[in-house]
Amino acid sequence: MKRIDALQRIYKQLDSKLIITNMGAVAAELYSLGHRKNFFYLEHSMGLASSVGLGLALSKPNIKVIVLDGDGSVLMNLGTFSTIARYNPKNLTHVIFDNESLLSVGGFPTATSTGTNLKEIAVSSGIKNAFETKDIDDFELLFEKNINIDTASVLVSKVEAKGPEKFTMDLGLIENKIEFKRYINSIKEN
Amino acid sequence: MAVSVKNSELIYKSLKNCGVKIVSALPETWLVHLIRFSEEDPDMQLVRLAKEEEGVGISAGAHFAGLKSAMLMQNHGFLASVNGIVSLAQLYRVPLLMVISYRGEMGETDPWQTEGGLRTESTLKALDIPYDIIDSPESVEKKINKAAVLSESSERPVALLITRDLMVE
Repeated sequence: MKRIDALQRIYKQLDSKLIITNMGAVAAELYSLGHRKNFFYLEHSMGLASSVGLGLALSKPNIKVIVLDGDGSVLMNLGTFSTIARYNPKNLTHVIFDNESLLSVGGFPTATSTGTNLKEIAVSSGIKNAFETKDIDDFELLFEKNINIDTASVLVSKVEAKGPEKFTMDLGLIENKIEFKRYINSIKEN
Repeated sequence: MAVSVKNSELIYKSLKNCGVKIVSALPETWLVHLIRFSEEDPDMQLVRLAKEEEGVGISAGAHFAGLKSAMLMQNHGFLASVNGIVSLAQLYRVPLLMVISYRGEMGETDPWQTEGGLRTESTLKALDIPYDIIDSPESVEKKINKAAVLSESSERPVALLITRDLMVE
């Protein structure tokens, strides 16, 4: 499974939800499918995308928050699973595209290539709904299931170590933040 | 040694008066009452962290949602959070109200706190983070309010160092 194809499968379902991505390939690929005001690309501070997602999910409990993360990033902040499990926000889905490498900086293998299992770490951290798949049809079904589950959830998607040809995005970092913040502010909650 | 309940209450009330709705924290001796007040308050969301840097992410999420937040940590937690502070809060202009227990300053008895204490203010200065030191109950409310105002207006991290004289009886 390629990450870009997996993103394409779920792209329509990202509408009206709050999307936080990790830096690098996942941000560039989601952007290449078409930027929306409800997408925030965290272009640095590796590891913190899920913490931003948790802060957002706790602040806006009636809006679905989806974090699109990577294995290298999650390995830098494994405590995030424990913190998410402790508060268990039902509106938070943490998707991890695991390509077993730090692709954006040259493809160095991460520890998931030598046996570390992020789904099992999530489960052992207390996240009851954690899944892993290598199959794109399965990924699409699990994604739909996860975003409708009444607990925080983790979905590890094992993908090929292939990224976009270019990482450039015509969107300033602060511009992205202001636009995203305005979008959230404009949502009319029940 | 006892941690001052009265001065902890003063700090907590001041944070509440600033409109803080989310507090992230990692336990530290001097912060024990502040964390307890946050947990017991139905109008406050306490987020207990595994590592302090996560708190920068929590505050960023709260900021995007329009909520005010504060971080409670020891100065060593601040030192452990530097990349998040620089490459999330400063890069994306996220207000951070950091309430930091200032261990390792004059009067410190624990040898292990002393190196971090020595480098806390110089690190804050190197990072261009405005900070103030609170060492008496009279200045708590005013200093916290002013720090909260500056962090919101500048959309940047601002630090308050709470000292032994304030926190320990």
